[in-house]
Amino acid sequence: MKSHKSRPTADAPGKAANRCTFRIDREEVFGRPLIVLGDARDMTEKLVIIGNGMAPGRMLEHLLEKTPGRYQVTIFNAEPRVNYDRIMLSPVLSGEKGYEEIIIHGDGWYVRNGITLYKGHRIQAIDRAARTVTSAQGVTESYDKLVIATGSLPIILPVPGHDLAGVLTYRDLDDVNAMLLAAQSRAEAVVIGGGLLGLEAAAGLQAQRMNVTVVHLMPSLMERQLDPAAGYLLQKALEERGIKVLTKANTKAIHGAGKVEAVELADGTIIPASLVVMAAGIRPNAALARDAGLAINRGIVVDQGMRTSDPAIFALGECAEVGGHVYGLVAPLYEMGRVAAAQLAGDDTATFVHNDTPTKLKVTGIDVYSVGDFADGDDRQEIVLRDAAAGIYKRVVLKDDRIVGTVLFGEVSDGAWFNDLKKKAANISEMRDTLIFGQAYQGGGAFDPKAAVEALPGDAEICGCNGICKSRIVDTIKAKGLTTLDDVRAHTKASASCGSCTGLVEQLMELTLGDTYSRTAVQPMCGCTPLGHDEVRRLIKAKSLKSVPAVMQELEWKTSCGCAKCRPALNYYLVCDWPDEYADDYQSRFINERVHANIQKDGTFSVVPRMWGGVTSAAELRAIADVVDKFAIPTVKVTGGQRIDMLGIRKEDLPAVWADLGKAGFVSGHAYAKGLRTVKTCVGTDWCRFGTQDSTGFGIRIEKFMWGSWTPAKVKMAVSGCPRNCAEATCKDVGVICVDSGYEIHFAGAAGLDIKGTEVLGLVRTEDEALEHIAALVQMYREQGRYLERIYKWAKRVGIDEVRRQILHDGGMRRAYFDRFVFSQRFAQVDPWSERVSGKDKHEFRPLAAVGFSEAAE
Amino acid sequence: MSWIAIGSLDDIPVRGARCVNTPVGRIAVFRTAEDQVFAIEDHCPHKGGPLSEGIVHGTSVTCPLHNWVISLETGKALGADEGETRTHQIRVEDGRLFIALERAARAA
Repeated sequence: MKSHKSRPTADAPGKAANRCTFRIDREEVFGRPLIVLGDARDMTEKLVIIGNGMAPGRMLEHLLEKTPGRYQVTIFNAEPRVNYDRIMLSPVLSGEKGYEEIIIHGDGWYVRNGITLYKGHRIQAIDRAARTVTSAQGVTESYDKLVIATGSLPIILPVPGHDLAGVLTYRDLDDVNAMLLAAQSRAEAVVIGGGLLGLEAAAGLQAQRMNVTVVHLMPSLMERQLDPAAGYLLQKALEERGIKVLTKANTKAIHGAGKVEAVELADGTIIPASLVVMAAGIRPNAALARDAGLAINRGIVVDQGMRTSDPAIFALGECAEVGGHVYGLVAPLYEMGRVAAAQLAGDDTATFVHNDTPTKLKVTGIDVYSVGDFADGDDRQEIVLRDAAAGIYKRVVLKDDRIVGTVLFGEVSDGAWFNDLKKKAANISEMRDTLIFGQAYQGGGAFDPKAAVEALPGDAEICGCNGICKSRIVDTIKAKGLTTLDDVRAHTKASASCGSCTGLVEQLMELTLGDTYSRTAVQPMCGCTPLGHDEVRRLIKAKSLKSVPAVMQELEWKTSCGCAKCRPALNYYLVCDWPDEYADDYQSRFINERVHANIQKDGTFSVVPRMWGGVTSAAELRAIADVVDKFAIPTVKVTGGQRIDMLGIRKEDLPAVWADLGKAGFVSGHAYAKGLRTVKTCVGTDWCRFGTQDSTGFGIRIEKFMWGSWTPAKVKMAVSGCPRNCAEATCKDVGVICVDSGYEIHFAGAAGLDIKGTEVLGLVRTEDEALEHIAALVQMYREQGRYLERIYKWAKRVGIDEVRRQILHDGGMRRAYFDRFVFSQRFAQVDPWSERVSGKDKHEFRPLAAVGFSEAAE
Repeated sequence: MSWIAIGSLDDIPVRGARCVNTPVGRIAVFRTAEDQVFAIEDHCPHKGGPLSEGIVHGTSVTCPLHNWVISLETGKALGADEGETRTHQIRVEDGRLFIALERAARAA
């Protein structure tokens, strides 16, 4: 772009001197009578400004300060009013402010400064040769310097019905007044566009008690300013206020007879609406400049001194394009005003420099801040802080130890500080560990990531499950000389329940014990996320995440659709936490759980029918024998869990095998499941001369009560009728040893990779009580276990005493766990084999096609 | 080379696979979350596991037998593992799937 360095001179001083500056305007259609008293004595140059928005307003302030009286100023404003703060239109719409409160320059300011303001005068033509402008009302004014500040125009989607009454834009006070009028109907409004303006309009209309739906074309809100995670939080915050948000929604048409009645989307959805606000974006209003023959690109092209291709004409504000950028936020527009004023005052060194502008959403109660570039990249790193409970998300994007972008949601007070560091390109490697906590945690010299925990007051609650505060933990560590996490859990109960505060407790241990304690880092679930299983589980509940994509979106998964480690885990967590709402995602299950059989090394499958409590009959055995013959099943074997396994069945044969087994009364034995497998039993009082209880009957009862439930890892049980323990209950996940006085409940045994005897939960008197305890125990494990973590590992993590406290001693908690288990079973106890015999998931068991030699031949 | 119709895209679950039996062996036809389609031999280079039974993520599949991750685009094992499964050309036309069996492949 050519730079105009030649200093402008007053090339027609005589004209200005002849001009009368005392004027009484007639009352006009669009304007009000305006009396301006001015003094022409020192005015040697005439400055005409087209437009009276915030940018030229700021320019005038600077100009009046730098060279008061140098210019005789005339403003033509197409709007019939003074300069007001357009940024504050949203509070006017929501009713938080009135128009009078957002006026920047009242009528008196123009009078005091000798400025002529034509209200409601739209300039129709610029005559660059004659250096005049002419308004629609026929007023012609000559200029020495002209400033074009015509702003921008809202983009009107050219859909059918866009010109119906009731379709508005959101640019000026007239729009707001029209919206306020429409809002009185308390009816339905649709806002098209989920950017800054659209969302502010939506919030404002909602505050006026309209039912508002935001229709947004892109997958997440404010996608130009926010990353998907923040966009998602924003959407949720808006939805919590009752604003409906439809993303990926393409407006097809606006319907109505004479006035708006509904909006139709491309997918056919019809949304009733009496008001439609188009907030799909803006474009520079450069028509007047184009007609005048000035250089135009997206906007009016100006150099860094805000000069257009005509050295006598400046342009600034949203209509101007400088260095290839057009702007819509106030900070750069004010900067343009400063530069233009300096240039007009004769300082030709003043230049406009592009700076990333922070974005803030002006919706009361929703704090969003973003600045810079926050796209991922190989050369970039990010620091992310999330606090689900407090609704806080902070993300700082780094490149070469310098901040290049920041997105804040919920807690934005450090936005300016981050932006300052970014602007200064400050090297943050020294404070990297604490950067995300913000300025308050950057002490002098020594940076300590534990500062946030250290700064907590003694009565701050650390463990929400058990109500344990910071001082209690610290005091106990000191008083009892505790050195391990398990000790702290045992003595304080902190982090002994859901475990989500473990990190905090460990930081407190580090603070109290110094270097003698080193904590174990949280193991991420997989390469797709830095979050550990516990944190993911906690966030699924806290944020009510109810689908795999929602979890990945909200928790910012690094991969598009996860991996073979996290997907099955997430699917389990969702099945467990939302039994009635979540639709099981079979494509996220291992093949065994997808086809309800166990895959073998050669790609065939094994099938284990359920034999309740390990008890069978001649009819069942006969049916199995028939199936083995009919399908030429190569191997039949008795399993360690007292069941019969048929191995080597071709996948295509599975439905037919199940059909035959089903006719004999068999259901799936779930030998493939991360779920309840088997309940082994001995013969108990029915036959055994030592038996103390009906262990067989109780085993069958447990199995019939608990089959079908999904668990973090497989659950194997056993019931022995006496302490001789023939069912080997003391190495099971859950076991029962019957004694004369009742039922001794065991858990957390192992006889696989590890060998471990069970722990005793306690002794209960009746079978009913035993069942309630066992179901509650399993439910506690279901809710807290990490995927693939067997009960004995979970129990070690949580603490045996803690399990005992919640299940054995706290009847209320036990009952609550039990009730949740029962609720979950309502949706779980469906025999997957009979479902598939009836045709479910047919595609799983058939090839897509068979191509013969003839088809393959060319 | 000739294109052989094998069915339609809708026959394959999203993030799933179906098999086509051919004279050159069983071919697994995958459909990703983004509706990309790939055809590779249903045979893991490690121990011959049926890749069509694996979990599909991105443009990869994890073998159900020993968790090798195979790229659907190249047929190559990803990560530290080394090995390669033969890929086949496939195209989608109006939701219909066509597979091409190469001469070399058939000769094998």
